Amino acid sequence: MSAVQAVALVVVALGGTAVVVTRDPARQALVTSVFGLSLAILFLAFQAPDVALSQIVVGAIALPAMIIYALRKVQRREEVEGGER
Amino acid sequence: MSFLPYAVAGWLFLVGLYGIVTSRNLIHLVVCLTVVQASTYVLLLAIGYRDDATAPIFADISTSRPVVDPVVATLTLTDVVVEATVAALLLSLAVQAHRRFGTLDPDELGALRG
Amino acid sequence: MSRRLRLVVFGLGAAGLAALFVWGFAELPHFGDFDGAYGQLLADLTVPERHATSAVAVSTFDFRGLDTLGEEFILFTAAVGVLVLLRGQRAGETVAAEPIRAHHPTAESRTLRSVSVALAAPVLVLGAYVVAHGHLTPGGGFQGGVVLMTALLLVYLGGTHLRVGGMRPLTGMEAAEGAGAAGFALIGLGGIVLAASFLENFLPFGTTGNLISGGVIPLLNVSVGFEVMGALLVVIGELLDQRFLIRRGDQ
Repeated sequence: MSAVQAVALVVVALGGTAVVVTRDPARQALVTSVFGLSLAILFLAFQAPDVALSQIVVGAIALPAMIIYALRKVQRREEVEGGER
Repeated sequence: MSFLPYAVAGWLFLVGLYGIVTSRNLIHLVVCLTVVQASTYVLLLAIGYRDDATAPIFADISTSRPVVDPVVATLTLTDVVVEATVAALLLSLAVQAHRRFGTLDPDELGALRG
Repeated sequence: MSRRLRLVVFGLGAAGLAALFVWGFAELPHFGDFDGAYGQLLADLTVPERHATSAVAVSTFDFRGLDTLGEEFILFTAAVGVLVLLRGQRAGETVAAEPIRAHHPTAESRTLRSVSVALAAPVLVLGAYVVAHGHLTPGGGFQGGVVLMTALLLVYLGGTHLRVGGMRPLTGMEAAEGAGAAGFALIGLGGIVLAASFLENFLPFGTTGNLISGGVIPLLNVSVGFEVMGALLVVIGELLDQRFLIRRGDQ
């Protein structure tokens, strides 16, 4: 196992722990983005460029975007209901 | 040392599961689920890896060189995209739950209470 | 069940699971010692039989095409699920009107807006390139589809909205998603009609390395690319209450 693979594996393990430990979903979106990028580097180190391509876009762009948009939808509802009361 | 990829896959699975069990926010829960999904990708690719082999693309290498397993790459790459959409489905369920119960805390969702 | 009790139960369960992991993974071959015959067979057959150079693409769309069909329909169903959940909810309430420039996340930053809009077209071309070259180099329908989705998302981040002639863009995205999913299934049925079995490669294979080679695989790449792009845009559009695809007043 090469050094790149070992380092990438350790970074992925730390990144996964960081994602779980971050409790605030807005911050978690950014940590997920970094975790997704580290996963993509790991996949590249495992000689799977196709998977790395998908993971870069999905894990670093699409998934954090969806988290933030879902949060926004929830907060928008809270603003609307707070204003109605 | 060759145990490290499997250990990382197992660790990601357990850490994600811990996040799901102790979560206080439905959106945080869905993101921890994506960590669990990532553990399966790591496991699949670790199984298919071959030492001193290269990516299974023959565009610029001769077909006699050893390559890593293409089947696990197939499974993983379709999986990555599909499970992002499933995560979106779960996020919209969380948004609906907030609309119905006014809270994102899983402990306070009322419908399943007897 | 109180939180404390839940944590204790989880701790016991996780310890048991960890023990099972250690026991199970010890039986696996060492990392790097993969010696599966099936994977090796597929890699060996890629160039001679299908005249395509990417073993992963040939596995995805030809040798294991049925698995991809299933995964693609999971994608389709999840997108439909999001639509059912969120659009049904919106039917009974009024969404607050939002002028285009105010409260927009990137309204104030001119740099961000210019860069986002300037990047949209090159990323679109990149996505089309990745989809088209799926059977030759790393890439394909899934990867290219998400890149295409990013290109259109950049339009929203640039603070502008899409408008495609008289058709509402969200309808266009739904049509793209449906066409992609149906296209895959129909090409598979073409395998039944024109060759021996479902999803059998029935077009001529061409010469290795050409853009038109590998038989049916480029067509399947294109249909999957449309489907992935359409599904992700529809999902994100619903999460944004369709704000990035229509202009206020075009309802």
